[in-house]
Amino acid sequence: MSVGALGGIVQALLVVAGSPVLAGVMRQVRARLEGRAGAGIGQPWRDLRKLLRKEPITPRGTSGVFAVAPLVLVATALVVAVVAPFVTTASAMRPAADLFAVVALLALGTVALALAGLDTGTAFGGMGASREMTIIALVEPTLLVAIFALSVRVGSTNLADIITSTLDDPGRVISPASLLAAVALIVVIVAETGRLPVDNPATHLELTMVHEAMTLEYAGPDLALVELASAMRLSVFLGLLANLFLPWGIATGAAPLALATGVVALIVKVTVLGMVLAAGEVFVAKIRLFRVPELLAGSFLLSLLAVAASFFLA
Amino acid sequence: MSDDVYVQLVDLAGGALLLTAVLILWRRELAVIIRVFAVQGVALGALVAVLAAREQTAELWVSAAGIVLLRAGALPALLRRAMRHAARRETRPMVNVAASLLAAAALTLLAYAVSRPLVALAPSPATQAIPVGVTVVLIGFFVLVTRRRALSQIVGFLLLDNGITAVGFLTTASVGLVVELGMSLDVLLAVLVLGILTARMRETFGGTDLDELRELRDS
Repeated sequence: MSVGALGGIVQALLVVAGSPVLAGVMRQVRARLEGRAGAGIGQPWRDLRKLLRKEPITPRGTSGVFAVAPLVLVATALVVAVVAPFVTTASAMRPAADLFAVVALLALGTVALALAGLDTGTAFGGMGASREMTIIALVEPTLLVAIFALSVRVGSTNLADIITSTLDDPGRVISPASLLAAVALIVVIVAETGRLPVDNPATHLELTMVHEAMTLEYAGPDLALVELASAMRLSVFLGLLANLFLPWGIATGAAPLALATGVVALIVKVTVLGMVLAAGEVFVAKIRLFRVPELLAGSFLLSLLAVAASFFLA
Repeated sequence: MSDDVYVQLVDLAGGALLLTAVLILWRRELAVIIRVFAVQGVALGALVAVLAAREQTAELWVSAAGIVLLRAGALPALLRRAMRHAARRETRPMVNVAASLLAAAALTLLAYAVSRPLVALAPSPATQAIPVGVTVVLIGFFVLVTRRRALSQIVGFLLLDNGITAVGFLTTASVGLVVELGMSLDVLLAVLVLGILTARMRETFGGTDLDELRELRDS
């Protein structure tokens, strides 16, 4: 087995096994801050196990799009988990860890789920899909431009190269380009993963749903896949955010000790980010849907300013 | 101060100027806008202070202190006083917020395009931040022409002035204390007059929506 492949496998296992735990930790933090006991950090895994044992049911009249969407969603998240630099920068498929490839893969998952929402033909599915498209139309360019701002000085859009060069020159983290890009990325990650204040992941009110509205018709193992994929996407985004701006601890090779350090560093960084995000959610209310494009346009402007700053203040 | 630290501090202050200008465009609550404006005054003062530490001139230090006093202290206090009775939110800007943010993105690019020749004259870390100042000028002008409330228009005017001051210090490193003092007094006076004008408008018409003052009526 080549050295790079080992890192990829470790990353994939870590993301698949860890992301439901991350979701559990975030729910637990919220529960405690709201004065509830909480279900414990293992609850998402218990839910997944229960759902996986149920018989698969698809609504009458749905086509292959509906059946394939959960698989596409999980597959794209899994590919990103393997290629992008989370634990080690020495990925087996380093050329695939390109900024554009990674963002396109993540967007592909979103589009698959939106198509599935439309495929069910229900009012809520279509509504959720249309809302998700409104959001992704501004999220995707912002993601691209914000990470592009970081890649300008490196001269490469490869994520591994960007992270390596930040490791070599830590002063870059507090440059204005990097700070503006960080703010823009945080906003779009919150929007893309369907967290407050853009979407409420714990809502039971269909009219206000965005992400959940598209998954209303899923049940059993399919629902388990969708839930797992959303958790994986959240950890993938948080992992990218952590490594792009605070890359310390990431392994640059595939030596076992360095990999172990990388795993611990990633777990610590992502857990802290997730807890901060969950704690922040307690204090904000969901904003009106019509104000969401405002928020996203603002973050797009910030990312553009980041690119401008990295070009002209350099 | 070493070169690296100097460049980073200039860049950071420039970034803060840009960010605050964008936030002023973004937010609707006048109280928040005024607070952000005060932060921008501090950022501008910090920029001048960094230049002062670089050039080692007492004149620049005095300018920096004056800028912080005026733009982070006096002007926000005046605005807050004018706001006490006025509407608290910019309710209906001419261009909605999402569109104005995208317009600001275009303005940024425009600012970089037009200030390229200026930067090319004498490339240095300070002059490379000129586009930031020009962007703040353009965003200030945009706020001035697209807002309806008198107070937000004043903030737009002050934003414009902040940008001009930033460009002035970045290009020449010292405009001369007398010139800077005169300009600051001018701005202070303008805000005072506008504040009084706003109060009179409110007394007479009950609101500061300038669109309702288009027509002359005799009654």
